[in-house]
Amino acid sequence: MKKTICLFLSLVLLLPVIALPAFADGVVNVFNWEDYIDESVLQDFEAETGIRVNYMRFTTNEDMMVQVEANPGAFDVVFPSDYMVERMLNKGLLEEINYDHIPNIQYIMESLRDPAYDPKGAHSIPYMWGTVGILYNTEKVTEPVESWGILWDEKYAGDVFMLDSIRDSMGITLKYLGYPMNTRDFSQLREAADLLIAQKKSGVVKAYQVDETKDKMVAGEAALALVWSGDAQYAIDLNPALAYAVPKEGSNIWIDPMVIIKDARNLENAEKFVNFLCRPDIAQRNCEEIWYSSPNAAAIELMGEEYTENPVMNPSEETIASCEFFTDIPENFLPVYTTLWNEVKNAK
Amino acid sequence: MRYNVSLPWWAYAVMGLGLAVFIGLVGLSIRRNHGIKRSLFSAPYTMWMILFTILPCILIAYYAFTDTAGNFTLDNFRTFWDSNSEMKKLVGEEYAASIPRGTVNVDTLVYSLWMAFLCTVISLLLGYPAALFMADRQMKLGASIVVLFVIPMWMNFLLRTIAWMSLLEDNGLINMMLNAMGFKSVRLMYNSGAVLLGMVYNYLPFMVFPIYTSLSKQNPSLHEAAADLGCSPMQTLTKVTMPLSLPGVISGITMVFMPSVTTFFIPRVLGGGNTMMFGDLIESKFLTEGNWNGGSALSLIMMLLILISLSILRKADPNGEGSGIV
Amino acid sequence: MSKISRFFKRFYLGFILVFLYVPIIVLIVQSFNAGKSRAKWEGFSFHWYQELFKSVSIMNALQVTITVAVIAMIVSTILGTLAAIGIYSMKKRQQSIMMTLTNLPNTMPDIVTGISLMLLFIFTKVDRGYFTMLLAHITFDTPYVILSVMPKLKQMNKHTYEAALDLGATPGYALLHVLIPECRQGIVTGAMLAFTLSLDDFTISYFTTSPLVQNLSTLIYSATRRGIEPTLNALSALMFIALLVLLLIVNRRTKESD
Repeated sequence: MKKTICLFLSLVLLLPVIALPAFADGVVNVFNWEDYIDESVLQDFEAETGIRVNYMRFTTNEDMMVQVEANPGAFDVVFPSDYMVERMLNKGLLEEINYDHIPNIQYIMESLRDPAYDPKGAHSIPYMWGTVGILYNTEKVTEPVESWGILWDEKYAGDVFMLDSIRDSMGITLKYLGYPMNTRDFSQLREAADLLIAQKKSGVVKAYQVDETKDKMVAGEAALALVWSGDAQYAIDLNPALAYAVPKEGSNIWIDPMVIIKDARNLENAEKFVNFLCRPDIAQRNCEEIWYSSPNAAAIELMGEEYTENPVMNPSEETIASCEFFTDIPENFLPVYTTLWNEVKNAK
Repeated sequence: MRYNVSLPWWAYAVMGLGLAVFIGLVGLSIRRNHGIKRSLFSAPYTMWMILFTILPCILIAYYAFTDTAGNFTLDNFRTFWDSNSEMKKLVGEEYAASIPRGTVNVDTLVYSLWMAFLCTVISLLLGYPAALFMADRQMKLGASIVVLFVIPMWMNFLLRTIAWMSLLEDNGLINMMLNAMGFKSVRLMYNSGAVLLGMVYNYLPFMVFPIYTSLSKQNPSLHEAAADLGCSPMQTLTKVTMPLSLPGVISGITMVFMPSVTTFFIPRVLGGGNTMMFGDLIESKFLTEGNWNGGSALSLIMMLLILISLSILRKADPNGEGSGIV
Repeated sequence: MSKISRFFKRFYLGFILVFLYVPIIVLIVQSFNAGKSRAKWEGFSFHWYQELFKSVSIMNALQVTITVAVIAMIVSTILGTLAAIGIYSMKKRQQSIMMTLTNLPNTMPDIVTGISLMLLFIFTKVDRGYFTMLLAHITFDTPYVILSVMPKLKQMNKHTYEAALDLGATPGYALLHVLIPECRQGIVTGAMLAFTLSLDDFTISYFTTSPLVQNLSTLIYSATRRGIEPTLNALSALMFIALLVLLLIVNRRTKESD
């Protein structure tokens, strides 16, 4: 009996050693959004380069930032949104990208290589972009979805999912009120927060969540949901009764680039990984898995009409013109945002 | 190595030194009858406790009383009392005067205490009779009934909570049954009721076991004596059995109340982020806002509250008899 | 006892048990559902069980969970048993100080323990990961070991140990051959408790690990934020059945040894 126990214990202790696969060329630590890649791409990368990918996921930009600041050595490649890139740059968290090692940059659209959040794209390479809009169930919502106001319509009491993400929920409310999305005018912010509180108190909101929404919408758990465009396309694919709309007041348009963390422990591998994701066939696979809009011109060519004819992934010039980018809220104003958002989340 | 084990050099030095000293001491005491005291056996544990329990607690207090630059401040507690205080400083004078005291933090604390109180009361009302019947010798249930109560607790508590989702959802099993019987669907999830249900479900066994233990330890001849002296079964229950089971009840209350004040998983899954509890608030202060100082102040306040309520409960059970659990 | 009251009592216990078991049964049934939806039954299948064994992240998490639980159990049992013996032989005052200290982690909510350790690791610039999670588990396991060994030591006849010394045993010999066998039952209980606690822990692991090293609980947590993951139903069904089998074996063994 004693012997078997000892044997069992030593076997268990050996487990981590046995499971250690032979990756001669080291690792790359990747921190990406939930559901934001075709995971077989990671295996292909490992097979082609012999570099092991430690793949980690986060839910919102804010959660990601806390982890990166508390554990800077743990990550090499991270996928923040535009405004977060700005904040990370200001905090000196990003490594300048050496484009000599990333030849595949040639496939990325010229127009996206000099974004406002990162002049000349010195520290970031676009990975995906998209819009924020309303995903709705046409069996439950028969009227046309044209305005953010429908999210406040008490006809849909208990039938609306909101995003548990501070900038998105506050942003669309500001847009609905006709204010700029990046406002630092307290009275405008106050008004937006009050509107969100009123929405919650009137019982319209069913839940605040992020990645759970798409599966729940497929299952018909709610009539309307505030979502990112890729999640919408994913859900529409599984349930044709769903549809996506960007309201006429305009919305948020965003880019999620890839960045390399300053003094990354595996700089070379990180460059290889970023370069790999810019390859047209890989970009195409990722795009077809998560259904966001691709900044990769060659990949779009590969996808053809399936991509260009789809209004969710390829929104019209008009829609894009009505949308705004987020810019970062500086640290000396951020508490105003978080305080108001906490008030919304805690309203009962 | 596939896991991160990189530590600063001094951590290795401290650990190595501690180990060497300890092995030396034990070796000495084993080799000869050298007067090395046996009480030294607890030295590694004491060191461990100082490093990993006391020091971290001191750190919480340190963060709670400092700002991001490390200077002493009471602002974090001010923010607890008035959640708008930080905002007032930043929006400029024209608005600052019009901002009232923010009650978000205090309200959430009160709400959490209220929910935990409800959960404790419901668990007690449901659990006491269950424990009583389990311990009833005439029922001849034996140990197997205890095992039946233990088994569900072995299931990962997150999974058990998620399982409720499929029962409570709009298209969930309960609503499907209601529909089949010709009733309309009922909104069961994403409200305080669902959170309360999840809490009672998860913590009920913690109420049942200590009460069961203290009930089954009672000497049956006491009950016979009470009956002989003319007590009705009801009187025996209220005058003999119940007072004697008080230590179990108190231990049960502690074990249910504490986790239910601080839970953040149950409200997130079953409440859909609609019903924030104090645990949520602390978690989001740390992991969404990255505000170590503010979060530490909230944790400190919660710790104090729990210590106070525990010491009140201790008064009711001075011998700590109820602490023998499971 | 009247038939009615007996029936009522049985009915009540049955009701509570149904309440406790229904979600678990639902989980197990759903693990055989061919479709992904929680609401619709799309036929019987082992699909999710196959997916489960194919999933690298779940298998990794399983491995982390088990190795952490085993190592934490071994270390905390040694640490705790020695500590209990040490505390037991202390003077009254010292003893009560040590016991208050030991009880401290029990009276602290998990979330505070987790956060305080996270602050320690951030403050000392130790990267959070497997190792820090292990340290945290040992920290919350050890007091439980002490609390289960202590009563056995107190029950022991004080003079046995001294008699052994008088008869020429070295303290080390007496420790190994007198003290430890005397409280073996308490040590085993403590070890089991430590193992299950660390297997089941979510909150403390959540704060003390990095996103890279996940145990089952933190994996399940991030999966719930992602949406429906029927592989987790399969996993919980398997775990449940494994525990049931283990229980039956232990039961039979104890019966045989009676």
